[in-house]
Amino acid sequence: MSASPAVVVERWTRESRIALAVAAVAAILLALGPLWLSANLVDRLTTLFIYVILAVTWNALVGYCGLVSIGQQAFFGLGAYFAVRLADSGVSVYPSLFLAAIIVGALSLPLSALMLRLRGGEFAIGMWVVSELAHLLVNLDTLINGETGTSLIALNAYPIDARRALTYWCAFVAMGGLLTVVFFLLRGPTGSAIQAIRDNEQAAESIGVRVTRAKRTIFVLAAFGGGLAGALWVATAVTFQPKTYFSPQWTAYMIFMALVGGLGTFEGAILGAVVFFAIEAWFGGAGVWYLVGLGAAALVFALALPRGLWGWVEDKTALRLLPVGYRVRFLRAHGATEAPPSETGAA
Amino acid sequence: MIFLNQIIQGVLLGGYYALIACGLSFMYSVMRIINLAHGSLAILAAYALFVLADRYDVSPFLGLVVVIPAMALVGAGLQRAVLERSARGGLLVPVLSTFGLSIVIDNLLFQQFGADTRSLAPYIGDLSYDSWSLTDDIAIGKLAALTMATAIVLLGGIQLFLNHTQLGRMIRATAEDPDTVGLVGVNARRVNALAAAIAMATVAISGAFLAMRATFDPYSGALQLIFAFEAAVIGGAGSLWGTLAGGIVLGVAQSVGASISPQGFFIAGHATFLLALFLRVYFGDFGPRLRSWARRAA
Repeated sequence: MSASPAVVVERWTRESRIALAVAAVAAILLALGPLWLSANLVDRLTTLFIYVILAVTWNALVGYCGLVSIGQQAFFGLGAYFAVRLADSGVSVYPSLFLAAIIVGALSLPLSALMLRLRGGEFAIGMWVVSELAHLLVNLDTLINGETGTSLIALNAYPIDARRALTYWCAFVAMGGLLTVVFFLLRGPTGSAIQAIRDNEQAAESIGVRVTRAKRTIFVLAAFGGGLAGALWVATAVTFQPKTYFSPQWTAYMIFMALVGGLGTFEGAILGAVVFFAIEAWFGGAGVWYLVGLGAAALVFALALPRGLWGWVEDKTALRLLPVGYRVRFLRAHGATEAPPSETGAA
Repeated sequence: MIFLNQIIQGVLLGGYYALIACGLSFMYSVMRIINLAHGSLAILAAYALFVLADRYDVSPFLGLVVVIPAMALVGAGLQRAVLERSARGGLLVPVLSTFGLSIVIDNLLFQQFGADTRSLAPYIGDLSYDSWSLTDDIAIGKLAALTMATAIVLLGGIQLFLNHTQLGRMIRATAEDPDTVGLVGVNARRVNALAAAIAMATVAISGAFLAMRATFDPYSGALQLIFAFEAAVIGGAGSLWGTLAGGIVLGVAQSVGASISPQGFFIAGHATFLLALFLRVYFGDFGPRLRSWARRAA
């Protein structure tokens, strides 16, 4: 057997090129959604887009950065709150959704200085406390009427069909934009940096990774994503009741989506959102048992299959549809026998 | 005078927080795991006591004779089935798995008992409202005093147990280095299962006091976890007497906050927690420094 195998480092493969083409076609079809889909389907897809935003940003925080937050509902609730606040003070309602997310992202910056010093369970519950505090502070605003809540009444200016289509497009653009940003962020130097941090923070720091900056980037991005999702949610639900928005249930959803789809895989977060969306559609009516199932699934996946469905697929087949890492293939001299490929982070 | 009363009530409330934080802090110091199902398990114990009192006329104090060992068994089982596997998966997995577990427990309790709020107060006679009057404005509730006394005995007992018994030394050694204790003949798995059992036994006690002093429902666990965590962090995670101090600081902050505005109770508590966190992160742990200062002063 000849020893020194030729090594090919590749990022784009045939499958991933096909996947990208399929994704592009799907994106075009979805972009035209309100023109050819039923009203009900448009509403449901809007929900799905919001789930994808939540899953992808939470997955980036947890799966790549190694920071489990139980408090992302803080940003979700604040996003919804600022959207209501801005719309009430006269900002046009759809721009206010994005503006609200920007405010949430900006607020998360000083917060990161404190929270990113924590790790593991401390970070997780610390974020939970932050969300409880945010909830209480929002309740102090008289516009909200305490737990009774209020509505995004500015939406009444639009006829129902126009509102449905506009909200859909906002959610679609938000999802597309965030997916693109996360995709390129994970492929680039920040992606390598945060994966190195997740695997071993001290080691990463010792080889010159700017740990704090990389973590802060992802933290703010996740906060922005959460805020945007919350703002979009209030645009679909119209009513804003602080209790529903600042509920840890949202984090439970995010955990489910990211864990079941695949922690630390880009495709997995999207898959997780779709799985969650389908499960909710089928079993959401089962009430409490549905929630028990979600919790149990999170428990089982965390223990038995921590890289989720997509991680499992990747391990078995080395399939990368939307590559954020590289793949190393060993080519033997006498033919093209393939050794199990190993993934490395983006350079 | 009214202000003094707020502080006294806050200190007594702190006794409860120290009690609920005790198990969380103990588990963290021994196993380096923050159990996110901590609050839910306390509520589980509260429901067990409620069922005993409601259906079988067992007084909550007598009920503890059954519920404490039962929860200890739950703890050992939890360690074997969930925590041990989680701890092997790194820092992330315990957080995810115990959060999943808390969702399961909360919703199963809801499935079984519905949304009604319950309390053990009706089953403990006049203990729930009796008090000693110190002055016209200041009264000390008997139950609150009992809670504080229990917290002190429990925390002190665990401290003595850890410092002065063979088993306590084994637990501390296992916390330090589970692989090395194996070399000197300690079964680390069994020691950790025992530690989890002790932690859950304290959870049963704190669940009992929660249910006697207030009302609870299936979803009350989250807030109990947060209070426990805040008390533990304010006091300096891992130190048992620090936990008592942390509980008292939290209780006083909430009590004073409540006298300022209706929402002030929670806001002041969370804000104090974040302030303590800020101080710890930027100025280091003040617990040890405070203790060495106290030693020099004495």
